[in-house]
Amino acid sequence: MTGRINSFESFGTVDGPGIRFVVFMQGCPMRCKFCHNPETWDYGKGYTEFTSEEVAKKVSSYRNYFSGGGGCTVSGGEPLMQPEFVAELFAYLSADGINTCLDTSGATFDEGSEVCVRKHDEVLKNCNLVLLDIKHIRDDKHFGLCGQSSKNPRAFARHLSDLGVPMWIRQVYVPGITWTCREEIEEERIFIKSLKTVKKVEVLPYHTMGKEKYEKLGIEYPLKDVRAATWGEVEPMRRYLCS
Amino acid sequence: MMYEGWRGFVAGRWSEDATVDVRDFIQKNYTPYEGDDAFLAHATDATKKLWDEILELNKKERENGGVYKADTKTVSSITSHGPGYIDRDLEKIVGLQTDEPFKRALQPYGGIRMAAEALEMYGYEIDPDTAEIFHKYRKTHNDGVFDIYTPEMRRARTAHILTGLPDTYGRGRIVGDYRRVALYGTDHLIACKEKDKLALGGEMTPDKIQLREELSEQIRALGKLAQMAASYGFDITRPAKTAQEAIQALYFGYLGAVKDQNGAAMSIGRNTTFIDIYMERDIAEGVLDESSAQELIDHFVMKLRIIKFMRTKDYNELFSGDPTWVTESVGGMGEDGRTLVTKTSFRILHTLVNLGPAPEPNLTVLWSKRLPLGFKRFCARISIETSSIQYENDDLMRPEMGDDYCIACCVSCMRVGKDMQFFGARANLIKCLLYAINGGRDEIIKDKVTGKALQVSPVFEPVSGDGALEYEEVILKFDNMMTWLAELYVNTLNCIHWSHDKYSYEALEMSLHDTNVRRFFATGIAGLSCAADSLSAIKYARVYPVRDAEGLVIDFKIDGDYPKYGNNDDRVDSIAVWIVKTFMSKIRSNYTYRDSVPTMSILTITSNVVYGRNTGNTPDGRRKGTPLAPGANPMHGRDSNGALASLASVAKLPYEYCRDGISNTFSVTPQSLGRDE
Repeated sequence: MTGRINSFESFGTVDGPGIRFVVFMQGCPMRCKFCHNPETWDYGKGYTEFTSEEVAKKVSSYRNYFSGGGGCTVSGGEPLMQPEFVAELFAYLSADGINTCLDTSGATFDEGSEVCVRKHDEVLKNCNLVLLDIKHIRDDKHFGLCGQSSKNPRAFARHLSDLGVPMWIRQVYVPGITWTCREEIEEERIFIKSLKTVKKVEVLPYHTMGKEKYEKLGIEYPLKDVRAATWGEVEPMRRYLCS
Repeated sequence: MMYEGWRGFVAGRWSEDATVDVRDFIQKNYTPYEGDDAFLAHATDATKKLWDEILELNKKERENGGVYKADTKTVSSITSHGPGYIDRDLEKIVGLQTDEPFKRALQPYGGIRMAAEALEMYGYEIDPDTAEIFHKYRKTHNDGVFDIYTPEMRRARTAHILTGLPDTYGRGRIVGDYRRVALYGTDHLIACKEKDKLALGGEMTPDKIQLREELSEQIRALGKLAQMAASYGFDITRPAKTAQEAIQALYFGYLGAVKDQNGAAMSIGRNTTFIDIYMERDIAEGVLDESSAQELIDHFVMKLRIIKFMRTKDYNELFSGDPTWVTESVGGMGEDGRTLVTKTSFRILHTLVNLGPAPEPNLTVLWSKRLPLGFKRFCARISIETSSIQYENDDLMRPEMGDDYCIACCVSCMRVGKDMQFFGARANLIKCLLYAINGGRDEIIKDKVTGKALQVSPVFEPVSGDGALEYEEVILKFDNMMTWLAELYVNTLNCIHWSHDKYSYEALEMSLHDTNVRRFFATGIAGLSCAADSLSAIKYARVYPVRDAEGLVIDFKIDGDYPKYGNNDDRVDSIAVWIVKTFMSKIRSNYTYRDSVPTMSILTITSNVVYGRNTGNTPDGRRKGTPLAPGANPMHGRDSNGALASLASVAKLPYEYCRDGISNTFSVTPQSLGRDE
């Protein structure tokens, strides 16, 4: 089947282990204010259609570079808006012996719907690692920041934990927004601790390099007055989250 | 014959009578080193002091506008100047291009006008007597070429479809086997050349006549080299006896070459494994310790760092600086599976720490997957600290060139002392495509008489009408135009190299080659990615010509999108491959001077800016005057699938058709290589 794809990155080094071929899927239900890929939001435009087989073939042509633990990461956008496509792609890649990784917010996971859970499980069947974003630990602030409740993401995290799927937790640190008090970061620490399959926690400093893209798309930049964070300041936060 | 300098060495073919075989000597005597860098020594006090003196001179040179001193009278030759020193008591390796450090030599054999102009640009005036000799009595290479050029060649040059040709300056790119001076001494080398000359009898064909005359020049040059060394108090007529003597003799060989020639690239070869054999012997004999060994290499490298030529400002603009391309090739693997890395490979890279980073000498590591891990780690560390190491693919070149080749300039490989090359600059292929569309009329240059577009080639049928360009039609016309260009290009280079051999023969460099040398005819192309994208646009989008009043196509309107080279997309990458194969095949079908073997390079590293300036609007949407991509790079910003896809497109270009090298300029920031480890 075909999927709507925004773009490819043949030399991804920050989205999972090793050197990775990254597929950026089109469309996202969230509108995170700090998002640096707004061009992937709109499911209806800005994409090219590829079959899962075509993409698998592309990925495979770079397999010589994957010897250091690399492989393919499907990112976006929100890849789980097109779960059938990703499931098929992952099946091809797994059969080919290529490591697969899913970069998601978990926002599409409705644990009340059996159909929805099954679709997600089809993807996870051939997924070696999930990069799971936590946008904000508190539901009200999550809503304000992304336009969505944090119910689905939390449920997805627990689901991964129950199924035994390895995950990396990723939290973008936006100064003045991410953690406004000690209790928030502590809550997040406890939440992460409650998950059984977390292999790594990454805190990524918010950067403003997406600004230009907003201008090009004619979207007002939501975090105009927020400064960029640095690796230096997020490192102690990361250590705390892991403690 | 047994020389004192050969004590302790394992004999072999190399030590037989009337034989020169440096590779055999290396193979039988070198010690591969598979360890790490722990043994290396810091700079000695003498090294530090000497380097400070050079830095001071560097500063003075900058303050003086780029040139510290220039000789305006004495014509440079191997023996033109008496000995010169920076600080005689401190220097372990001696010898300067003139009698004073940083004083630039006058080298007019390539062209008197260029030499005089270069002086003027820096506020000097050529001595009138010297000028008169070269204007009236002694013809130069430049004069020779312009006597020979056809009107068509001149037009192609004016229009910059052929560009950077070595017709006003020294061609360079020839690398003498300077190790021969150290291993054999000049007497032995002269005896071998005398023997070769004697064997060259019988019917006197032009080839033989030329070679006999050249051999006489070579023998004379070797004699002069010994004379120059003697002026510094060294006897290089017999083999070197110590590491210091070996480096000194080798350097004298190179120094003679740069006094004789102001070549576009004056590379030095592949010397560290050779030098290491002498180092190991001295260490075993107890006369050299690590600190002194490093000091010898540091002083040698200091000398290579201050090689300077007097060049015009446009020349420097073309090359974005004042490069001398003193390329030294380091490491690599041997054909028998042993690594050619020695402790001296480490020592020469360590000069970047002891003396600080520098672009020259251009230290080039011949990289193989199988290099020892300790050396790989060391290279990586020095690269991170100094950004001053160049890497080339030994695994790709070794099967073609064996294990004793070196790099001339930036990517051009030759077997040391066995191959030479006729440097050929570049043909601008995207301009060739515009000529195909316009029937050979230049899109920028006007005919001085008629005021209309200059007809550079014979009249070809241009593309007619205002409809979208038809791919099949354009390809056919482009193919025809490439046939014309390849023939003109080769013929132009034949004239240039005939003249260079006649008026500015590299006697010393060639005396350090085998007499039966293999010659490469090194052509090159510019604008590959722009041409590939332009054809892709014509094929996959709709490209409409925009004409001026004269009917000349001066711009293009593009409707739709098209696959772009640099994204690992076979639809366009195959076009780039087709261009390379087609043009090279056309080059090969022409007669090349002295039965040279045609090769091609895709390696403009900086001159792509100047070539772009002389090229009009192109069918891929590139605007008139904007730079072409360097070497085989994708056009700027068009590779949108990340680094591996970009590199994969370049990697599809067939090396068999580009034996003189393919370059891809590529920068990465540490952040883009990942966050940890």
